[in-house]
Amino acid sequence: MSNLRTPLSQAKGLGSAKEGTTHFLRQRLTALLMIPLILWLGFGLAAMPVDHATLIETIQHPAVTVGLIILIMATFYHAQLGLQVIIEDYVSTKSTRLVSIILITFLCLLLGVVGVVSVLKIALGV
Amino acid sequence: MNTQNNRPLSPHLQIYRLPFAALLSITHRATGVILSMAALLMIWILAAAASDAESYASIQVHLSSWYGQIFLIGVTLSLYTHLCNGIRHLFWDAGVGFELETAAKSAKMAIAAAVILTVTTWLIALNVG
Repeated sequence: MSNLRTPLSQAKGLGSAKEGTTHFLRQRLTALLMIPLILWLGFGLAAMPVDHATLIETIQHPAVTVGLIILIMATFYHAQLGLQVIIEDYVSTKSTRLVSIILITFLCLLLGVVGVVSVLKIALGV
Repeated sequence: MNTQNNRPLSPHLQIYRLPFAALLSITHRATGVILSMAALLMIWILAAAASDAESYASIQVHLSSWYGQIFLIGVTLSLYTHLCNGIRHLFWDAGVGFELETAAKSAKMAIAAAVILTVTTWLIALNVG
């Protein structure tokens, strides 16, 4: 089959990176994962007293530790993907757009790690 | 404006009343941004709780005040709205519910479900107190 691209576009080399659906899929998979987790968090928090001692005791329960860590990781992965799409749609200046996406990505990574470390710190009682 | 041109105009946001489904679509993004900020706050609270009881108490004073509770109810409503409308999006991704009538109906269902979930959650929370 003949190549339909112009010589210029060929030289620039931009085009499909064969990962067009990756972003889309991961957004949906993290969403699917969070449906039960969010209901668990919402109703779980509502049904317990939220003083410091009870909170610590609850988080130290192994099932809660695991659930919270998965929820935190899924949340910030999902947030990064979603915020990136919003930035791509509304920020038209290329440099601002790129810098915003990088900052959002780093911020989500930082918050996710701080969250997981906090849960582990409480769970391990250190 | 060219009066001879009868081509449809794109919606002029100041005079165009968005259909409910379209309003919910932009709300999905807005709640997404709100929830990202709420997630930041949650991590702050979690880190404070991991640090010591005093740091946690200094935040809890604000969260248990009247303005804190109103804020948290708002976050809860955003959370459940995003959740329910997100499930609606997942059905679309599976190719289900694209008909205009169905989409309009599912929009109302999503909002109703979000309100019911919010009210239930807070009825439980206020009773546990």
